[in-house]
Amino acid sequence: MLHHLMKPIANAAPSRRSFLKLSAGAAGGLLIGLRLPGASGAAMAAEGELAQPFVHIRADNTVTVIVKHLDKGQGAATGLATLVADELDATHEQVRVEFAPADAERYKNLFFGVQGTGGSTAIANSFQQYRTAGATAKAMLVAAAAKAWGVPAAEIAVSKGELSHASGRKASFGEMAGLAAAESLPESPRLKTPEEWVFIGKSFPRLDTKMKTVGAPGVYGIDHKAENMLVAVVAHPPKFGAKPKTVDAAAAREVPGVVDVLTLPAGVAVLADKTWPAIRARELLEITWDETEAETRGSEEMLAELQAMAARPGLKAHVHGDAEAGLAGAATVIEAEYSFPFLAHAPMEPLDVTILFDGGTAEFWTGSQLQTVDQNVAAAVLGITPDKVAINTLWAGGSFGRRAQPDSHPIDEAAHIAKAWAGAGNTPRPIKVVWTREDDIKGGYYRPMVAHKVRAGIDAEGNITGWQHRVASKSILIGSPFEAFLVKDGVDETTAEGITDMTYAAGAIDVEVHNAQTAVPVLWWRSVGHTHTAYVVETMIDRLAKAAGKDPVAFREGLLKDDPRKLGVLRLAAEKAGWNDPLPEGRHRGVAVHKSFNTYVAEVAEISFRDDGTVKVEKVTCAVDCGVPVNPDNIRAQMEGGIGYGLGAILRNEITMTDGEVDQSNFDAYLPLRISDMPQIEVHVVPSTEAPTGAGEPGTPPIGPAVANAIAAAKGEWITALPLSKQGLA
Amino acid sequence: MPVNLTINGVSHSIDADPDTPLLWVLRDELNMTGTKFGCGIAQCGACTVHLDGMPIRSCQTFLSDLDGASITTIEGVDGKAAEAVRAAWQELDVPQCGYCQSGQIMAATALLSETPKPSDDDIDAAMDGNVCRCATYARIRAAIHLAAEKMEG
Ligand code: FES
Ligand code: FES
Repeated sequence: MLHHLMKPIANAAPSRRSFLKLSAGAAGGLLIGLRLPGASGAAMAAEGELAQPFVHIRADNTVTVIVKHLDKGQGAATGLATLVADELDATHEQVRVEFAPADAERYKNLFFGVQGTGGSTAIANSFQQYRTAGATAKAMLVAAAAKAWGVPAAEIAVSKGELSHASGRKASFGEMAGLAAAESLPESPRLKTPEEWVFIGKSFPRLDTKMKTVGAPGVYGIDHKAENMLVAVVAHPPKFGAKPKTVDAAAAREVPGVVDVLTLPAGVAVLADKTWPAIRARELLEITWDETEAETRGSEEMLAELQAMAARPGLKAHVHGDAEAGLAGAATVIEAEYSFPFLAHAPMEPLDVTILFDGGTAEFWTGSQLQTVDQNVAAAVLGITPDKVAINTLWAGGSFGRRAQPDSHPIDEAAHIAKAWAGAGNTPRPIKVVWTREDDIKGGYYRPMVAHKVRAGIDAEGNITGWQHRVASKSILIGSPFEAFLVKDGVDETTAEGITDMTYAAGAIDVEVHNAQTAVPVLWWRSVGHTHTAYVVETMIDRLAKAAGKDPVAFREGLLKDDPRKLGVLRLAAEKAGWNDPLPEGRHRGVAVHKSFNTYVAEVAEISFRDDGTVKVEKVTCAVDCGVPVNPDNIRAQMEGGIGYGLGAILRNEITMTDGEVDQSNFDAYLPLRISDMPQIEVHVVPSTEAPTGAGEPGTPPIGPAVANAIAAAKGEWITALPLSKQGLA
Repeated sequence: MPVNLTINGVSHSIDADPDTPLLWVLRDELNMTGTKFGCGIAQCGACTVHLDGMPIRSCQTFLSDLDGASITTIEGVDGKAAEAVRAAWQELDVPQCGYCQSGQIMAATALLSETPKPSDDDIDAAMDGNVCRCATYARIRAAIHLAAEKMEG
């Protein structure tokens, strides 16, 4: 997600000029420009320490990497630490991580221009920056040692956290840190060549594993505790867009532990001294809602509207050649309609935000994914300036896109609660706003419901002659602060991504979109538009292959001559899966390959059917090319997780609505993938010297179509309406 | 009336609404936040603790039923199986976001205490109630097998 923000959003950054400079690759000057010792909590230098924006070496010989990205499980913290540790020649054991404060000037995502995490960009945008930070610190340690020992810097060796000289002198980083702090910053520290890497592309185990095997108490937002803290839960409207009209809180206030009930613009908050009384009391609220602006339709009506839209010409998203003419001249034309349901992200840790507002400044503790936007939104609600908003980014229990909201609605809600609390004349207290699972599942910000209509034709030799494709969906970005940068002529570039940039050779292609209107809030969901576009494109390719009488892998190979990296992962996955080997009785295979976030992933799914006719995905063979594989084991983990996440969705997940009210509320109806559903997964990472790209999202798009193509291999029919449970297949 | 129970070998006397789920007693009354809230309706296993060695969902276990009970949480679980599970989890870097992992480790420890050499079917049966939205299931399975080996050796 958010990769779309790369260049344009620089305009919205607090410091446009510095963004442009940094993104131009002036990494050497970065630390110089940003070196403000002691200016922030993250770089507070004490005696005997070397404190820099991204690296803090303490006298106790620990190396703390200041992580500018949220770690919600994708491994960003360890990834950034890998980059620093490698250049610094630190040991794995001495490295620690700490999240950066909200400070866009220093800690912006170099692709966004604002501080934030998403679009599988954490490693990609930090690759030069964090390696340079490690190399800078090392150069300063070396310079200090050279001076202290009276030897030329060039004679000093650094290895495994130790500085040494042939004369026998040795020092740890911690011993040299204080002296290094007095050294001037190197102009342009030399970065290692790939052959010199000790961790990158090899192994650097996760730094957060150990704490996560003892419960990680206190590290997640929901675990945050502060003296005098209140816990708030909010009654949200049952229909999206409704507002509270009348509130009878008498019974709720009777619950022991309840401190106050506050009416907000879009809900009613119960504040209690602990979580349980707040949850209990909320059930006792009597609220009537003003539904004037609410969505009152059911999801079936909404889908019917999308399908009707997809049947009509829409806004042009991409045109190359004359698709109509290409289709007219085709030997065979395949025409199909597809539909995709709303999906909830359901991160394991529901949303939560703790706020402390004293009237002039605000401080937050939360798994913030868009710190700069969060600061702006909080400031607007509280009537203060963004620099008066501090954010403590905490470890997050998953996100999958859910914690990166262009409207920062959980921050907005917490700020409204704190403002109402202060407005009632109360002394400031920290307030932790907790979402229950019901709030999460019913709370909107879904992957939009989508309808596709597509026609594709081939000639007698199996060449694609024309491809006409329409996508109807609510836009994620229209109406958001990012609209000005990422929506052109009404076309939200996330709606049809994966189709507009398709690299299968097609004689002509014509892509159109429709923007549906609904009060149901929608959001990017692990791989955004690719969640549905890859499904349609990759199942259509299989249908065309069948029409052409060709093997699905061979057919794709013929169409991917100009896309060597995609071809590479396709061939690798096919080879490792034994694509041409005979299958055991009752097994079926399907393949899909897709590029998203500049990462190429191919997956071969091997399935069987249970006695009740449901699909069992037995095995998935995955090949991934994400450029330099910085942390190969984490890339494998992200592919495994991305495949499982996508598989869970296509098997059984859909959010439906009746008269505007969400039908599901928890994991008893929004059925998550479980261990018994999990296939065996084999991941092959392509060695590469290309610039590194992301791993968090790209594993997700191919699994749906790979499974659908395997089902079609067995049954001859492609599933065009998800989830599979609707078809009795899960 | 306060309820007396033992948690990780320490006795506590808790004076709270008798309908309070054990989960919130742990997290809010005792500030033991290793046990996580995921669903509140016994559907995800994030809140798994042991009651006399058996895995239970603390979100659906109520204070009033716990007088005299002995509870073990992720903060206190130890012994051969727990050690093997933690070591295997670390060796294979199982956790991603980690939020489900307290519950996974409690469930896996209970499984290995009962069944030291579990088959894949045993693992499915014992672990199916523990949701991992990051889908670390493949590594969970591998780590349980690895932990079983460690316990043998
Ligand atoms: S929180 Fe108890 S099972 Fe989900
Ligand atoms: S590791 Fe994230 S939910 Fe399991």
